[in-house]
Amino acid sequence: MSDTEQNARYAVGIDLGTTHCVLSYVELGAEEGTPPEIVTIPQLTQPGAVEAQTQLPSFIYQPHDQELNSADLALPWSENPASLVGELARNLGSKTPMRLVSSAKSWLCNAGIDRHEAFLPLNSPEEVVKVSPLGASITFLEHLREAWNHRFPDAPLKDQEVILTVPASFDPGARELTAEAARVAGIQHLTLLEEPQAAVYSWLQTCGDDWRQQVTVGDIILVVDIGGGTTDLSLIAVSESDGNLVLDRIAVGEHILLGGDNMDLALAYRIKAKLAQEGKSLQPWQILGITHGCREAKEQLLADPTLDAVPVVVPSRGSKLIGGTLSTELTRSEVTETLIEGFFPLVDIDAHPAHQSRGALNQLGLPYAKDPAMSRHLAAFLSRQKGAADELLGPSEGSFIQPSAILLNGGVFKAPQLSERTLALINHWLNAAGAENARLLQGIDLDLAVARGAAYYGQVRQGQGVRIRGGTASAYYIGIESSMPAIPGIEAPLEALCIAPFGMEEGTEVALQDSEFGLVVGETVRFNFFASTTRRDDEAGSQLDYWEPEELDELPEIQTHLSTEGRKSGDVVPVRLVSRITEVGTLCLEAVTLDGSQRWQVELNVREA
Amino acid sequence: MSIEFSLIPVAFDALHLLLLVLALLLFVSLMRKPADVNAKPAEQPSAPVEPAATPSVLKDTTPESALQLLSLLQQDARFLDFVHEDLSSYSDADIGAAARVVHEGSKKTIAGYFTLSPIRTEEEESRLTLESGFDASQVRLTGNVVGSAPFTGTLVHRGWKATQVRLPQLAKGHDVRILAPAEVEL
Repeated sequence: MSDTEQNARYAVGIDLGTTHCVLSYVELGAEEGTPPEIVTIPQLTQPGAVEAQTQLPSFIYQPHDQELNSADLALPWSENPASLVGELARNLGSKTPMRLVSSAKSWLCNAGIDRHEAFLPLNSPEEVVKVSPLGASITFLEHLREAWNHRFPDAPLKDQEVILTVPASFDPGARELTAEAARVAGIQHLTLLEEPQAAVYSWLQTCGDDWRQQVTVGDIILVVDIGGGTTDLSLIAVSESDGNLVLDRIAVGEHILLGGDNMDLALAYRIKAKLAQEGKSLQPWQILGITHGCREAKEQLLADPTLDAVPVVVPSRGSKLIGGTLSTELTRSEVTETLIEGFFPLVDIDAHPAHQSRGALNQLGLPYAKDPAMSRHLAAFLSRQKGAADELLGPSEGSFIQPSAILLNGGVFKAPQLSERTLALINHWLNAAGAENARLLQGIDLDLAVARGAAYYGQVRQGQGVRIRGGTASAYYIGIESSMPAIPGIEAPLEALCIAPFGMEEGTEVALQDSEFGLVVGETVRFNFFASTTRRDDEAGSQLDYWEPEELDELPEIQTHLSTEGRKSGDVVPVRLVSRITEVGTLCLEAVTLDGSQRWQVELNVREA
Repeated sequence: MSIEFSLIPVAFDALHLLLLVLALLLFVSLMRKPADVNAKPAEQPSAPVEPAATPSVLKDTTPESALQLLSLLQQDARFLDFVHEDLSSYSDADIGAAARVVHEGSKKTIAGYFTLSPIRTEEEESRLTLESGFDASQVRLTGNVVGSAPFTGTLVHRGWKATQVRLPQLAKGHDVRILAPAEVEL
């Protein structure tokens, strides 16, 4: 820490998004309420052309040797950059998808694959250079680091206080990988922050002292963060301590692979179907043009309620523009039906998406949400978390937790109709339960709030402003075989041993006093690993022999390996498990000998042999 | 002690070596100066465009930025494709569909790379008075141009002024004459 205090001049917020990255900063020690600035990120927009933009699209393109002139790849800080990322990568990839790495972040939290293994772009020919999900994160962070160092040559990123955001739904393994990527990219002073919390910090910064007028004791704030490819949910409770308002993050949602890009695609396929009815079939390249055209037409329709239809044109590919250009229109009723009724239907609170089985675990592919209705995902989240605020705010009634304020984030909500519908949906549930309407918290920049909030959090950590409490949003368990007598043909039932309770704070540690394990020297021991976002009262060491299927989520296996150093292979060493939340914000599991003299790390991210 | 400056030093001691290095540095920096002056505008593409004073001598414009803008307009607005079409053989509906592509794209390009503002903020067709000392490059007088300022007349066109230009930076080895590469699908 003393090292940081000497050298860090800025708190740097990095939003490492599934589809875009944003870089923001604020000077440490600046006056409270100083708005964080956005650092524009130089990137190739065309071969040979570099533009600085507020967002860096999170795409990597692996060009063919003869595809691009090497002189055309120069960046301000390098004549021969190792990777091609950003706007140009996305553009080239739209025409040559087999060389494009996209959604790498969603792979980071994908169970059942080795996230250190280079396999992206998925299913591409052998000659295309592959990168691992971890490697992709490193590549983006390195580009951001270079952009920062280019802009601030006297204050290199390695010396700054960096706050990197992760989805609230990231499991410990994915958080650890994100921290690892940051380390490899040369970030030395790192803190992880959940994205919905970052949005709340941005709101707090924007409001200044006024936030205390906008929320009161007993409020529950629902944060809905819809990105390009993912949706992230969190609940924040407002309580009082020593006469001051206190914020607690009380619950986070599941990882939902559903976002704004799905909406644009849904409209494009609707237009495609319409054209097919008119006897016009579309080439694959035209779908791309339609998607692009639909996005702009949608924005116009949602912004201007007097419009009934907006033309959508798909230019020809060749140099003959007239005649080859396809023209159709997107009508208001199509947008309403597809987006509002398709993604935000007014369903009842008991309408939940079909539970996605973890059977998809072994299937290679991203587990996209099967149900496109955001409404049902929201209803399921609020129902599952019905008692989340009881401990802080007193017992509640009803079948779901009742938010009284809503903070929306993400480009999707630039359309007023979609934010109005989201509010109407939640009010529909609240009214049915006899509760008052919730209100909308406003004032954040929907694209940049996460990065700004992260930079502001750097100031908060130095003692300015209010800090959101919370700790871990899950309790963690390992599976152990129960010691019942063996019955031939029947697998011994699994029991879950709580190794880290809900709400563990950064920098704290718990040891399992009563549970001893015998680890065999030279052998690798694997554990089943579980998390629960609803079991708030289990203490470290609690052993569960029964749980509801939706209570515990199975995470990728974890393992530990005792090296033979100083011991004979095959010896059994009795150990205790110790779990710790690091200052960075990651979970660290260790096997410690009973006298505490030796420690072995338990790997959260198992590498395939 | 007297020092004879015309003597050639017999041995290169540290002081002479230092003098030699300084002289070389000065020489190099003098030679570089003109090149730096030329390089400046290219390095600061986002600097505000100052209204050009009436040039005393003619200057050559560099084709780089012009070609770059053509390339951007072609890329986003299919500008070159559109201008090279023979409109006579198409119906207005077909031309209209293509015009949307050109209009939307051009608008995006202009808004993205330039900040434009009108020169006069008054309503067009309204009367206004120009005091003496007005900037002739910003306001053009037409019609009954006699007498001396103040001039009173009707604002016909508000004019346009670029207050900011932020064209993308180009790689040194980039060939700006390629406005749009040919595309071959494999």
